[in-house]
Amino acid sequence: MFILKKFGQLIVTVILVTLFASLLLELLPGDPTEVLIPSGSDQQREDLRQELKLDQSFAVRYSTWLGNFATGDMGNYYTVSSDRPVSDRLWQSLPVSLLLMFYAQMLALFFAIPFGVLTAYRKGTWFDRTSNTAAFAMLAIPNFALGFLLQYYLGVKLGWFKTGGYASPSESPIEHFQYMILPTITLAVGQIAIYMRLLRSDMIATLQQDFILMAKAKGLKSKRILFRHALRPSSLTLLTVAGLNIGTLIGGALIVEVVFALPGMGLMLFEAIGRRQIVAFQSMVAVIAILYILVNFAVDLLYTVLDPRIRNANKS
Amino acid sequence: MQTNRDTSIAHLDPSSLPTIEAIEAPSSHTVRGDRLGTAAWVAIAWIAFLALLAILAPVLPIPDPNQSFVALARKGPAAGHWLGGDAIGRDLLSRIIWGTRSSFIVGFGAVAFGLLIGGMLGLMTGFFRGKVDGLITPLMNVLLAIPQFVLALSLVTVLASGAGVNSTRRLAVVVVGLGIVSIPLLGRITRANTLAWSEREFVLAAKAMGAKNGRIMVREVLPNVMPAMLSISLLGVGIAIVAEGGLSLFGVGVQLPMPSWGNIIAEGRGQMRNSPHIVIFTSLILFLTVMALNFLGDAVNRRFGVRESVL
Repeated sequence: MFILKKFGQLIVTVILVTLFASLLLELLPGDPTEVLIPSGSDQQREDLRQELKLDQSFAVRYSTWLGNFATGDMGNYYTVSSDRPVSDRLWQSLPVSLLLMFYAQMLALFFAIPFGVLTAYRKGTWFDRTSNTAAFAMLAIPNFALGFLLQYYLGVKLGWFKTGGYASPSESPIEHFQYMILPTITLAVGQIAIYMRLLRSDMIATLQQDFILMAKAKGLKSKRILFRHALRPSSLTLLTVAGLNIGTLIGGALIVEVVFALPGMGLMLFEAIGRRQIVAFQSMVAVIAILYILVNFAVDLLYTVLDPRIRNANKS
Repeated sequence: MQTNRDTSIAHLDPSSLPTIEAIEAPSSHTVRGDRLGTAAWVAIAWIAFLALLAILAPVLPIPDPNQSFVALARKGPAAGHWLGGDAIGRDLLSRIIWGTRSSFIVGFGAVAFGLLIGGMLGLMTGFFRGKVDGLITPLMNVLLAIPQFVLALSLVTVLASGAGVNSTRRLAVVVVGLGIVSIPLLGRITRANTLAWSEREFVLAAKAMGAKNGRIMVREVLPNVMPAMLSISLLGVGIAIVAEGGLSLFGVGVQLPMPSWGNIIAEGRGQMRNSPHIVIFTSLILFLTVMALNFLGDAVNRRFGVRESVL
């Protein structure tokens, strides 16, 4: 029942989000064809008007748009000389963005978990205070500023990493990582701070529980108590925050892609905006939003599986 | 000093009451402090200093932000031009000060917009619950179903397209765009806190004495919800200022020639190789400002014992 209800919500949200995306063209001030093909001829304008069904009602436009979108027709890039489908590039860029977010998330957890656990264990010490101050500072660094600085100092000056571009992991895995390393670090820095601070406060509460005392009394080693006994209850909190964080992560990834000229969704959006390709822009916004909803849905489900309290709360 | 001596008053903390948000991090051990502390005053001083510079920009003895000095192009700090010049020789200090104007207008303006609408909706939904809540909260959740930056980017891109969009109009579009994005976030926090405070005895007492709903909301509930709203607003200002930078990177932030911290950095990226000082100085000021705002948000939480909510 619970799953069905969640699934119903999912469908409704997807419909509303696509409605929002298709509204974008309506919100354009003036004649949309003026924006899409500013130097097109009258005939081209008229053709485009026909194609986008601009002379019909919004309901017709929306249902046509939704039908096309659902069948994989994401609209075209309109240039005076030719029309190219958006979907071609979309399927190439999406994996790049997803990989970037995945790497950043892994890197963030790789640093945040040990630091979160150890700062909680060593609460109030010099180590804890330093780590906390560092995390606080990391939260305040704008990702684009960090990106430019890393690009310049580590990429250009020291020449350690590639500063922009991309290679696919299947063609040349080594180059792929050379291109991805700076964007990943840039995106991960803020995430490390968020996860670390959260895990620390969660762990401090856990470490005061009786079962920790029990584990200590049994004579278990601190390392085992921390990472086996204490970390496990905090994993749900981490999952919640990871879920809430996806929105920020997506926004960050889009920005970081523009900084490092990484050909993902961010760079595509950037180009679409620069060339006033609102039809392409609509499709990309819809794809990103749907992806976001699906991930949130997955996190919700995972949560129910992991935490019996929620499962049962919804039964009663 | 972080100590855990507040367990005795934990049951009095309204935020420890169960709210609709069933899944949240256990409250970290916030300690009620009576003072803000020196660091918070430093943060306040920094923000006030920048605000003063922004207001006084027209009368300060600085060059016009759009005047080019040929000799200053791409040069670092020099006599009379403390922070050097940008790509075409405009005085960087002057541009940053004028940029503070637009960045602060965006940051504080967007949050004020969001607070006015989101705060009001949050207060109403949290207080009346029932039908009001059932109608408004799902609408706010739709706005939350799109990643915030993507939503802001969409709104600003579309609203700022078309002919005749000048810098002032663009500034207004950025403020409103980021303001709309902040509505559900501010609304949600306000609603959660209102839900908790509306259960309290003094609200019941006010009802029993026959006070009108409007009066109870404004005079009894609102003052208690204020600290949480203030704290999240301070974080929000920082987020909005940075978001404007992100929008600038996509070419839809505050529009040149009007400077903003975001578009100075976005414009300066092309000069990274020869004159990195443009991006470095501006980013440093942006960083310090966001840190000061985050710190103040935390300080308000500590001072009023607001539970730290999940980011």
